Parts: sequence; C-alpha cells; structure tokens
Amino acid sequence: MSMSNALFTYTLRRADDLLILSQRLGEWCGHGPVLEEDIALTNRTLDHLGEARNLLTYAGQVEGKGRSEDDLAYLRMEREFTNVKLVETPNGNYAHTLVRSFLFDAYHLPLMQALLESKDEQLAAIAGKAVKEATYHLRHSSEWLIRFGDGTEESHQRAQAALDAIWTYTGELFETDAVDAELVKAGIAPDIASIQEAWSKTVDAVLAEATLKRPEDGFMATGGRNGLHTEQMGFLLAEMQHVTRAYPGATW
Amino acid sequence: MSENPNNWPLWEIFIQSKRGLEHKHVGSLHAADAQMAIENARDVYTRRQEGNSIWAVLADNLHSSRPEDAESFYDPADDKVYRHPTFYTMPEGAKYI
Repeated sequence: MSMSNALFTYTLRRADDLLILSQRLGEWCGHGPVLEEDIALTNRTLDHLGEARNLLTYAGQVEGKGRSEDDLAYLRMEREFTNVKLVETPNGNYAHTLVRSFLFDAYHLPLMQALLESKDEQLAAIAGKAVKEATYHLRHSSEWLIRFGDGTEESHQRAQAALDAIWTYTGELFETDAVDAELVKAGIAPDIASIQEAWSKTVDAVLAEATLKRPEDGFMATGGRNGLHTEQMGFLLAEMQHVTRAYPGATW
Repeated sequence: MSENPNNWPLWEIFIQSKRGLEHKHVGSLHAADAQMAIENARDVYTRRQEGNSIWAVLADNLHSSRPEDAESFYDPADDKVYRHPTFYTMPEGAKYI
C-alpha cells in the first residue's frame, strides 16, 4: 500500500466517524428533552460536522482525484463508508444517545491529543482545533452519564441498559490493520494501544462515579472500517444524501 | 418559580464579555444544579463569542424592588441636580475627571 493510500484511508475513517455521528445527533435537533440540552446537542453536532469537513477536504486532497468534501460525503455508497458501527447505531432514548457519545468522546479526545504530535502537519492542525471541542464533549457526556447512573432508579436502569447494549460496538474503535501499521511507523498516527488505555481509564472513572457497571467484553461487532455496516446505515445515508442525489449539482 | 416540582429551577445568567468588564445579565435558563447551569449557559449564551466568564445565580436568590415603590424610590432624585458633580470648577490640566 502506498503511503498516500494509507493516509487517505486513515483520514477518511476519522472523517466518517464524525460525519455519521453528527448525522445521527442531528436527528435530535428540535426534539431534545429540554431547550438547553437541545442547543447543547446541536452545538456538539455542528462541532462534529465541522471536524468531519476538515478531514474530508484533506482526504480528498491526499487522494488527488479531485474529490471535494461534498463528493466524499454525499456521493459515496454505503460500502465505501469507513466509520465504526458505534456511530451509526440509532439514537434510542436520551441515555442511549449520551452513552454512545460518551464511549466515542472518551476515545476521540485522546486520539486527537495524540494526533497533535503527528508528523503530518495537516492532521496535527486539524487535531489542534478538535482537542478543545472534544474536551468539552467528553465533559458534557460524562456529566450526563453520572447524572443518569447516580440519579433515580429509572435513569440508572436506562443508562445501564444502554451501556450493556452498546458495549459490543466499542471493540471496533481499537481495531488496527495495515493502514494503521504503516502510519504508526511513519510517525503520522499514534499507537492505538495508548488510546485504548486512556479510553479504558476514563470509562472506569466515569462509570464508577455513575455507579454503573462496566459490561464484560464479549462478542465485538466488526466490519465498519471496511465498509460493512449495520442494517440501519442505509436508511441513515438515504436521509443524508437524498437532496444531493435527487438534485445533482444543485446550488443556492 | 418552579410551581411544578419536577421542573428544574430557574437560573439567571450573567456573562462577562471581556476581562475587566462587568458581568451583564443576558437571560435565564433551567438547570438541575449550579454546574449544569454554567454548562447550559455556555451552550445557550456563549455560542457567538459573547463571553469569557459566566455567573449563574438561582433566580430564587435574586431580590428585586417592587414597581409600586417606583415613585417613592426614584422620583425624589428628579430635582436634586446638586448630586451631580457639575458645580466644581475643573482644575486646569486635569484630563481624567
């Protein structure tokens, strides 16, 4: 695999995680449990989308085939998306949404912090902007996890149920293949083991405070990084891409 | 406030736009506690770079003057021009008074 191929795939994977998560979170817009949370979640959604745009633009440049951020977001097919399945899982109830974000945030922040040291200047610059936002995201989702877990009997039970249901999607965050190996060797990507360690520490600390139980590692979902997605992904893309596909080249 | 016990209490939010300036009242919001109030204020009131510091005060802790007191409170000041420092001669060369 050539270096630019690996860098393209690596950048696209990061971009797709954020793009798809922002699409999912965007579904809450106007439906948040209270006005303040609705705005908080929409802010976060746009943060994710902004970061995805930077990464998609850069991926297009690295690829060198003239594809723009829009081409990559709106004109790829399901099998070409490389996000983890975690971010495409349906929103469920609010506990489910926040647990999913927490498990992603706890991974995303240390990843962005590590990418600050990347030998690829563009990735390091994108990470520089992302770190501040990611710090707030993790704070926001951690707070809610603690409130749910350490709240009422019902909120505790719902948060635990969400955690148990989503846990199977966390293994994929730490999968590596030849793409990662090549970029780690080149000093462009961090070693995923250090990210997993940071993630695990955060998860343990927050779950302990939330009085929630960390699920046992069992079967872990896989395939997203190579374009194999859950059955919900097609519906998500249909909604996300339908305007672009129905009116090709439309502008306003 | 909070007639319904299930509602979160109301908080009044004050934002400081720049270091050294005062905190100005910007509005109110609901939150379960002070920490949530400050985080909600961050999300609701500082999205467009309005501030760099937030105060949140439980609305129940704010005490206000009553509109019906307005006449006795404020009108007596109308004809007391001597309370304004306009009867002093400015010393020559004093720029910042």
